[in-house]
Amino acid sequence: MLQIKCPWCGLRDETEYKYGGQAHVAHPEDPAVLTDEEWAEYLFFRDNPKGPFAERWVHGGGCRRWFNVVRDTRTYEVLAVYTNNEPRPEISLALGSVAAAGGTP
Amino acid sequence: MSNPFPGEHPEWLWRDPDPKSSYDAVIIGGGGHGLATAYYLAKNHGMTNIAIVEKGWLAGGNMARNTTIIRSNYLWDESAAIYEHALKLWEELPEELDYDFLFSQRGVLNLAHSLGDVRDSVRRVEANRLNGVDAEWLTPEEVQKVCPIVNISEDVRYPVLGATFQPRAGIAKHDHVAWAFARACDAMGVDIIQNCEVTGFIKDGNRVVGVETTRGRINAGAVGMVAAGHSSVLADLAGFRLPVQSHPLQALVSELYEPVHPTVVMSNYVHVYVSQAHKGELVMGAGVDQYNGYGQRGSFHVIEHQMAAALELFPIFGRAHLLRTWAGIVDVCPDASPIMGPTPVENLYVNAGWGTGGFKATPAAGWAMAHTMATGEAHELNKPFGLERFTTGHLIDEHGAAGVAH
Repeated sequence: MLQIKCPWCGLRDETEYKYGGQAHVAHPEDPAVLTDEEWAEYLFFRDNPKGPFAERWVHGGGCRRWFNVVRDTRTYEVLAVYTNNEPRPEISLALGSVAAAGGTP
Repeated sequence: MSNPFPGEHPEWLWRDPDPKSSYDAVIIGGGGHGLATAYYLAKNHGMTNIAIVEKGWLAGGNMARNTTIIRSNYLWDESAAIYEHALKLWEELPEELDYDFLFSQRGVLNLAHSLGDVRDSVRRVEANRLNGVDAEWLTPEEVQKVCPIVNISEDVRYPVLGATFQPRAGIAKHDHVAWAFARACDAMGVDIIQNCEVTGFIKDGNRVVGVETTRGRINAGAVGMVAAGHSSVLADLAGFRLPVQSHPLQALVSELYEPVHPTVVMSNYVHVYVSQAHKGELVMGAGVDQYNGYGQRGSFHVIEHQMAAALELFPIFGRAHLLRTWAGIVDVCPDASPIMGPTPVENLYVNAGWGTGGFKATPAAGWAMAHTMATGEAHELNKPFGLERFTTGHLIDEHGAAGVAH
């Protein structure tokens, strides 16, 4: 079972969280001008990397707030946790080396 | 097939060749779908100068990890067509491949536990019948006649309100299916190249002309990606995106027991599916772990949840011992249907997105993919499953028939 450190509640078991998929996917500024291809891209296509992945989690069994995690999809190791107001930390592809751009791990 | 050493089992059923510099077609992925694709390329289309390249060993990915359920009772016409084509091929393959891979048509029950479930199930039975797929709706008492160990008591959290039943559905011995295909492919001249990982695509403009591998460059007239959980990784190398997410999917077996379970029981609602292998293990699977992962392992609470569901449905399993658990990496599509056909790169074809339920489709996926690679165009069976459906909006939503229990 994963353990994730909620930015507000601290370290909790995976069972308290729900997964939200890829982080930083912005809603289109003006949906009406999108082509069908662009709309398909927004609706259905997400990154699926083998390695560090910035993803959303919600602490549904706790504070019920959303936040972001960078996790390695090969080892499942949590490399960084950051709030929605913080930029994505720079994570080198080499495992575990986190250069925190946004401050909070 | 004649055995040159009568009375002896041959050590290997296929050669272990080094890659040649060039093939008419290269298939990436030596699992069930890759093997079936090669088999039908050779058999239906006369293409024998072809190779399967596999990064690990033959059929060591999801082909070795699935729960071997075979059925065709899907809701939509497009799905019923391809899965029913597969089932008809399964019925002929043991004889055609001259290999008894223990295909056992012991039927599949899909349980309903709520009024919504009941309505969806009855609708699916009617849709199946219109598509020529054998299907019946059974009351709880009829369910118990088919499978006496199912608990049909009303005094449980999720009582059984009925079930759909497909008598022609069943299970097969997955490893033997792979070996049967491998032997037949090898006999027709197909090179099965193991420990050979694709590390890049060689392109001439937007046309793929070969692959870079850990065992050198291989030129190819056509390339087929049949890599299940790693499809996105390959698509990245080729320069396009797939709308799939890779998740761990766990399964488990118990110790060996005498035959107690005569059929296959699936329940989307309480998240478990159960059959008993010929050797005697109870084979169980559940839903995917929620997060993306390439780790071939999942979280234990998913197993725990699945066991709780199994125990409520089958109180007789109360003292059964778990023997082992494992996970495979499944590539899940937004509409729970596969992606099969041409890609944005010329001469590169994809078969992916089968998610949690690709095993049952093995022969039909191979059949359609072979047609696509040989002719450059989708077969009738896989036309509706092209990548373009995500742009046109013509999704084939099989979450009902597939659900967690594909």
